[in-house]
Amino acid sequence: MTALWILLGLVVVLAFWFVVIYNGLVAARNEVDNSWSQIDVQLKRRHDLIPNLVETVRGYAKHEQQLFERITEARAAAMQAQSAATGAAGAVVVAKAENLLGGALAGIMAVAEAYPDLKASNNFLALQEELSSTENRIGFSRQAFNDAVNVLNTRREVFPANLISGGFERREFFQLDEVGERAVPSAEV
Amino acid sequence: MWEQIRSNRIRSFWVISLLALLLIAAGLAFGAAFIGPDGALLGGTIALGLWLFMWLLTVSRGDNILAALTGAREVDGRQLPQLVNVVEEMTIAAGLSKTPRIFLVDDPAPNAFAIGRNPDRAAVAVTTGLLSILDRDELQGVVAHEIGHIKNRDVALMTTAGIMLGAIVLIGDIAMRSLFWGGARRSRSSSGNGNGAVVAIGILFLILTPILAQLLYFALSRRREYLADACGARFSRYPEGLARALEKLGGSRVAQADRSKVTAPMYIVRPLSPTRAAGSKKSGRSKTSAFSTHPSVEERVRILRAMGGGAGYASYEQAFHQVTDKSVIGARTLAAEGASLAAVAPAAAADPVASFTPPDVPGHAAPGPPPPAQAKRARQASDAFLSASGFHMVRCNGCNALLKIPASQRGRVQSCPRCQTPLP
Repeated sequence: MTALWILLGLVVVLAFWFVVIYNGLVAARNEVDNSWSQIDVQLKRRHDLIPNLVETVRGYAKHEQQLFERITEARAAAMQAQSAATGAAGAVVVAKAENLLGGALAGIMAVAEAYPDLKASNNFLALQEELSSTENRIGFSRQAFNDAVNVLNTRREVFPANLISGGFERREFFQLDEVGERAVPSAEV
Repeated sequence: MWEQIRSNRIRSFWVISLLALLLIAAGLAFGAAFIGPDGALLGGTIALGLWLFMWLLTVSRGDNILAALTGAREVDGRQLPQLVNVVEEMTIAAGLSKTPRIFLVDDPAPNAFAIGRNPDRAAVAVTTGLLSILDRDELQGVVAHEIGHIKNRDVALMTTAGIMLGAIVLIGDIAMRSLFWGGARRSRSSSGNGNGAVVAIGILFLILTPILAQLLYFALSRRREYLADACGARFSRYPEGLARALEKLGGSRVAQADRSKVTAPMYIVRPLSPTRAAGSKKSGRSKTSAFSTHPSVEERVRILRAMGGGAGYASYEQAFHQVTDKSVIGARTLAAEGASLAAVAPAAAADPVASFTPPDVPGHAAPGPPPPAQAKRARQASDAFLSASGFHMVRCNGCNALLKIPASQRGRVQSCPRCQTPLP
């Protein structure tokens, strides 16, 4: 009789333990997805700014056609990557495309240096503020995302959670500092 | 800031209950003093009703009342794009679910505060003077500090205490006046009734109530300013920005229009009275006493500067210990922070690529302020925004500083706040 009670107690404790750990993992995964959607919003904001920027710069620097084409292509690729990205590998794909776009952006901003009229125009100054704010937002939401990923990855790997965390993918950090960004040749910034 | 949030919740509860007790006691005394022993019950009931009303008011409209009290008006992205951008960035960095409303106070004294019942219904307010003397990075530091107050639930406590205290002071004030006018008449006619003792107790309460409330209110401050600084450094990832801003704010000698005691503890630096602004040699904010609502600005700057390239809570804790020999951030917060966070020079307004330097790769702590050329471009951009949003640009003949005077203050600023030279 006593043994039965002990067994019952053990089962209850085990079930409780399972529920707590499982819910913790779900919460961590939701946090990751949630902070990813934050990044998503900010990347969209970045993509939306680009046509406007290109138009403004084109008004002053018509013959930089190659640059405009490159940034338009990079934008299209980044938007494509963003809409296609899913699951654990998504962050890596998006980061690659965004790095290329970042390089193109750097190129266009560097070119602006050569056109004092452009640099002084109110429209360009407003765009500059919007762009630097967007870059900050991406940076901050990226920080939040990487923090959340760190929590999830740690939580699913520690013992004893690793016994039941098979259904939870390990996630990748969102890194914007890979080769792509620096590989694009551009004027000295 | 887990500990601070919990402590603020507990304190909010105590503030509400203690102030309720005070209010009811004052009501009892008030009733007893005027109507006699039977009146005590009536006075107490009225006081309870009043407290309930104020509590409901605080919960439903507390932020609006305080905003109105300071003369703040709400602004949006079309009027002040940079301010709105900075607030939104810091909202993201702090992980708040909702961007606070943004208010502008027409006041040449540089200052800022946050209000709101909870993080979802909060507001950040800055003065026009603040916008005119800070660059983007400094503004970011100040806004991050305010968002830190929101995140730590300081504003919830402050808003509650502010409204409640404001009411107690007001009631005490009314009681004092009516006791002075009415009590004198009454005590003559009832000198033989033997309730002089009740009157005495009543007077005692009426005098004590505002003092007690005041002390209670002051007891809430101080440490939370350090904690908000730590949040400011962490959210903006650039302690130097906040340090520079505090230096400018602390060094300012412009007297603040809003000098209400109720709103004073809300600000990032203690509002300056005209006597202090004119009289003191340095700033009027250097000393910390038992009655101060704010720690000294110099010390706060020293701590921020001692963070040594870090931007996280751990760096702040270590710097705080180094400067004051004490501890400020709770162990649980420090443990939860995880990897240490390096300070990052923010993207200068002119250079969107700068933010792509890897901020969380260890050993890549980006140092110091942006290079002068970048800073200059950033300033030009911010000037262009200010002038587009109605700021009046005047060059001072004395020190050659470019003064940015908000439209509402045009003609009211007579001399340069930096060197006191009369303006053209």
